[in-house]
Amino acid sequence: MSLADDRGLALGGTRDEDEIRRARAARVERTAKWALPLVIMVLAILGWGWIVTANEIPHYILPGPDRVWDSLVTDWGILLEAAYLTGWITLVALVLAVVGGAGLAILFNQSRMLELSFYPYAVILQVTPVVSIAPLIFIYVDSKIAGMLLCAWLVAFFPVLSSTTLGLNSVDHNLRDLFRIYGANRWQRLRYLQLPSALPYFLGGLRIAGGLSLIGAVVAELVAGTGGIGTGLAFRIQEAGYRLNIARMFAALALVAAMGVFIFAALSLLSHLLLRKWHESALSREG
Amino acid sequence: MAVRHHDTLPLGQRPPLLRLSHVDKVFGGDVVALRDMTLQVNQGDFISLLGPSGCGKSTALRIISDLMHPTRGRVEWEGGQGQGDLGVVFQEPTLMPWATVAQNVWLPFRLAGKSYAEVKDDVLEVLRLVGLEKFLNAYPRELSGGMKMRVSIARAIVTNPRLILMDEPFAALDEITRHKLNNDLLQLKAKIGCTVIFVTHSVFESVFLSDRIVVMAARPGRVLTELQVDTPYPRGEAFRTSADYAAHARRASEALREAMGEPA
Repeated sequence: MSLADDRGLALGGTRDEDEIRRARAARVERTAKWALPLVIMVLAILGWGWIVTANEIPHYILPGPDRVWDSLVTDWGILLEAAYLTGWITLVALVLAVVGGAGLAILFNQSRMLELSFYPYAVILQVTPVVSIAPLIFIYVDSKIAGMLLCAWLVAFFPVLSSTTLGLNSVDHNLRDLFRIYGANRWQRLRYLQLPSALPYFLGGLRIAGGLSLIGAVVAELVAGTGGIGTGLAFRIQEAGYRLNIARMFAALALVAAMGVFIFAALSLLSHLLLRKWHESALSREG
Repeated sequence: MAVRHHDTLPLGQRPPLLRLSHVDKVFGGDVVALRDMTLQVNQGDFISLLGPSGCGKSTALRIISDLMHPTRGRVEWEGGQGQGDLGVVFQEPTLMPWATVAQNVWLPFRLAGKSYAEVKDDVLEVLRLVGLEKFLNAYPRELSGGMKMRVSIARAIVTNPRLILMDEPFAALDEITRHKLNNDLLQLKAKIGCTVIFVTHSVFESVFLSDRIVVMAARPGRVLTELQVDTPYPRGEAFRTSADYAAHARRASEALREAMGEPA
C-alpha cells in the first residue's frame, strides 16, 4: 500500500504572488502583535505626562508618570514584599481552585446524584459577590491567611469546575462506544478518554481562574486589613490612598496589573505547551 | 498474528461464528428499528448489509457489538464471546486526537491491561499491514482522511478479532481513496483471514467487497433478501470492469430498489 497518493505532491521551490503576499502579511502581523500595544502604551504615558504638566495638576490629585516611576523605584522594597504576599495568596488559592474545581468536576461526573445535589450550590457560591461574603468569612475564620485563601478560592474554583464538567461530558460518542466495546472500566474511561478530552476545557477555565484568584486575593486583603500578617498590594493601595500618596497607589496598581498579565501569560504558555501537538486551538494554520 | 483461512472454503462449508435469531429492536414502544432479523455469520464471511437509510443496518451492528440490547431475540457467539473478539470501524476514523498513531492502535490492548512493550510487535505489524509503519509517532491531525481510516482499521484488527464490524467506513472519503481502501481491505482480509460485517449504502462497494450481501428494507427495518457474490477472491480492478461484476451489481440494485419500495 503506497501512501504517496494520500500525501499529495509538492512542486519544490515555486511560490506564487498570493503566497508571497500571505507570508508578508503574516510577518507584519507577528511584529504588530507586540509592537502596536507597546506603541499605544508609550503614547498613553506621554499623553498622561503632557496632561499633568500642561494643566499643572498637583501630584496629590494626579501624579505624572515620572513620579509613579520614582515611587516604584524608591518604594520597591515595600512594594515587592506586598507583591510577594498577594502573589502567594493568589497562587495557593489558584492551586486549591484547581484541586477543588477539577476534583469536584470528576466527582460530579462519576456520580450524577452528587452532581444533582451539589451543583446548584456551586452556582449560588459563584453568583454571590465575594465582596459581600468576605466580611462574614473573616468573622468565622480566625486565621486571616485562611480567610483570604477562602475568599480567593471561592471566586476562582467555579470556572475550573464548570469548564472541566463540560469537558468531561463532551467526549466523542463514537470513542465512548469504542471504549465500551473494548470493555473499558470506569477508571480506564476516565483516565484514557474523559480526562484528555476535558483538558482543553480545563485549561480554558484555568486561565479565567488565574485572573479571578488575583481579584479574590485583592478583595480579601481589602476586607481583612493588616491583622499582623504582613500587607499585600491591595492594602498598600488603600494605605497610600489614606496618606494621599497617589504615586504609590499607581505604582502598586501597576504591580497588580503586571501580576495579572504574568498569570495570564504563564497559564496561556502552559495551555500552549500541553495542547500544541493535537488541539485545534493551539495549531497554526496556513493563510 | 494468527491467520484463519475459512474464507477459502465454499460459503456453505464455513464453520459458524455468530447467529442473530429473530432479533427485534423497538424504540419508545412503537418505533420498530429492526424486525425479526435472523442472520448466521460464518467464519471467513464478508457480509455487506446494504439498504436505504433507516433500514436498521447500524442498529444491527450496535446489537451485535452489545452497545444495544435487542427488544426480542438473541445474539449468540459460537463458543462465547471473549475480550478482543470484536473489532470496530466507524464512519469517522474515531481516533484519539491527543494520542499518536501507535498509541491509538495500542488502545484495545491497553484497555485489556497490556503494556506497550508487551504488544509493540503486534502494533508494528498491523501498521505495516496498512502501510503506516513510518507514521508511528504522528498525531491524527498530521494524517489525511484515508490515512486516519487506515489507523482506525489497524486498531480494529490489532487484537486479531474473530469479527470486524465496519459501519460505512469509507462513506466520507473521495471516490479515488475509497476505491484504493476497498482494494486494500480485501488484501488485508486475505492476509489475516478475518470475518467482516460491512454496512454500506453503495451497491458497487458491496458487490466488490463481499461474498454475501444482505439487502435490508426500511420502515420497519428488516432483511429483505440475501444475495451471494460467488466470484472468488482475490478481486482486483479487473473484477470492477467484468460482466460478472455488472451482473451482480444489477441484481443488487434491483433488490435495493425493491427494498426502497420502487418497482424493480
